[in-house]
Amino acid sequence: MPIFLWLFLLIVLPHIELFLMSLKYENDMGDMVWSLQNYGEFFAEEIYWLTFIRVALYSILVTFLTFVITFPIAFYITKIVSVKYKGFLIILLLMPFWVSELVRVYGWMILLRESGVINYFLQALGLIDKPIEMLYNDVSMIMGLVYTSMLFMVVPLISSLDGMDDSYIEAAHDLGASKIVIFFKIVIPYTAPGIVSGSIVVFMLTLGNYLTPNLMGGKNSLWFTEQIYNQFIASFNWNQGAAFGFLLLILSSFIIWLGLKLTKQNLTKALS
Amino acid sequence: MNQSLVIESLKKSFGDFKAVDGIDFYVEEGKFFSILGPSGCGKTTLLRMIAGFLEPSSGSIRICGDEMIGISPNKRPVNLVFQNLALFPMMDVGENIAFGLKRQNFSKKEIEEKVKNILEKVHLTGYERKNVSNLSGGQKQRVAIARSLVLEPSILLLDEPLGALDLKLREQMKIELKKLQNEFGTTFIYITHDQSEALVMSDKVAVMNNGKFEQIDTPKNLYANPKTSFVANFVGETNKFEAKLIDDAGVVKTKEGIDFRVNLIDKNIKKDCFVFIRPEAIVMMVEGNMEDMNYFDLSIKTILFDGSNTKVLATLNDTEHEIMVSLPQNRKFAHIKEGEVISAGVHISDCKCYE
Repeated sequence: MPIFLWLFLLIVLPHIELFLMSLKYENDMGDMVWSLQNYGEFFAEEIYWLTFIRVALYSILVTFLTFVITFPIAFYITKIVSVKYKGFLIILLLMPFWVSELVRVYGWMILLRESGVINYFLQALGLIDKPIEMLYNDVSMIMGLVYTSMLFMVVPLISSLDGMDDSYIEAAHDLGASKIVIFFKIVIPYTAPGIVSGSIVVFMLTLGNYLTPNLMGGKNSLWFTEQIYNQFIASFNWNQGAAFGFLLLILSSFIIWLGLKLTKQNLTKALS
Repeated sequence: MNQSLVIESLKKSFGDFKAVDGIDFYVEEGKFFSILGPSGCGKTTLLRMIAGFLEPSSGSIRICGDEMIGISPNKRPVNLVFQNLALFPMMDVGENIAFGLKRQNFSKKEIEEKVKNILEKVHLTGYERKNVSNLSGGQKQRVAIARSLVLEPSILLLDEPLGALDLKLREQMKIELKKLQNEFGTTFIYITHDQSEALVMSDKVAVMNNGKFEQIDTPKNLYANPKTSFVANFVGETNKFEAKLIDDAGVVKTKEGIDFRVNLIDKNIKKDCFVFIRPEAIVMMVEGNMEDMNYFDLSIKTILFDGSNTKVLATLNDTEHEIMVSLPQNRKFAHIKEGEVISAGVHISDCKCYE
């Protein structure tokens, strides 16, 4: 089976190598020995695990915000707008994703930076005296992460809303349900598999994103991927970096497992 | 009798297209009322206006005396059984039925009680925790009806709910629906394009065409005394002739050149007209010269055997025009074979002539 060969060579093998690497530690004598010291380092140094928690919480927030923003869009495209314009609107949604993430993030930076477009217009209109720095804070970073994730949420949402017959909404309305009740009792449960699969993808991409936090959050972004990068590239401590990589993998697996448990969803059902 | 539903000069247009074009009718409490018409006649539009999913362009809809215009579907005392039933797939049978009750703030215990009772009434006792997708077509049907009836609506609307069932089950469900309606005593308004469904179940049937009602009548009257040529043609099987009036007293000549004395239903026929004769109105093997009969010869082409509903396809006199004639399954007609020529007759009053 070529697929297993592919999985083994490209995914399993490097991970085994990384795992073994994460268990090696250079002792005082300069020898490499088996040890859990790399993992101990993570808990000993406050900045590491605080970053870890911060990234987990922010990734959950980004996933939630992405859902809140894209759900009305998906609902509008599938249920409200006439079928004629549907394809066109979906293409409009996809278009920004034809250029690379890097270019899109730079686009945002051109808009937001001190000498950027927004500051220029605000000054020209006389609303502000001197430019405001809108980049390099958590808000702009979160916004950038939501923006880069939107497509991965909106596509599964559109496909699951598309599969929902309008008569379910009408039937619920007919049986006495208000719009809010219909949304929470019919639409959300029906589209739950789509929401879950979109959320998993967005969450994992956000957690593992390096580019956007780095560019839009600046030096203070404190994204865990940056810590891994620093270990590998700056400190050249591959063993420590490997341990961090594994911790991130465990974290994302755990949160996804928790999310599935809390929403009573099933991974295979959500991704099928 | 109280009137459950009164509709006055109801209209609905979509752009230039008049889907419902001035309809007046009322339905008495506890009756089974059907709206019968071909697809595209506006019956679904009419139903959706009663349910509240569409706002009429003009006119009034009163349910139990209350004006319904401007009231949203969740606030109307009517419930709709959808064509595809629309049972919520993410809920089990019990949750589906409880959905409407929960919106009315019944206590948990009351809801449980009501769900149990209604399931008993539709013969699905103990089905509360079953998954909707595991039910058979007929069971789904009954769950959908139970889900609506548990709310005790003034009117239950049904939008061709038997359409998706196979023939045998459809026959059963027809009878079952009628029984259910009797038991509950709820007013049913049933939309269908299948005349047999409408005739079998209804107390009254409205025949709809091009956004208007052609006739509102009991099934029996509709069949025996259609008021318009559309009703004569649409309800029940019939033989249709194009003809011209040659004597105002009621004699026509068909396109094929046969003279018929006819029963003029439309009084203002000028020249062109249509004659409709039911297959069972034609009597085979009669001769004579009774005043009020048309006589002719039939050449039997094909016998279409269908048990008690057997018919023959025959041509009239020496024309090529084929007509259907009922063939009762008894000794008297057992010898009739394809290719034979037999005498036949039809009563003048059964040759109905419309403009």
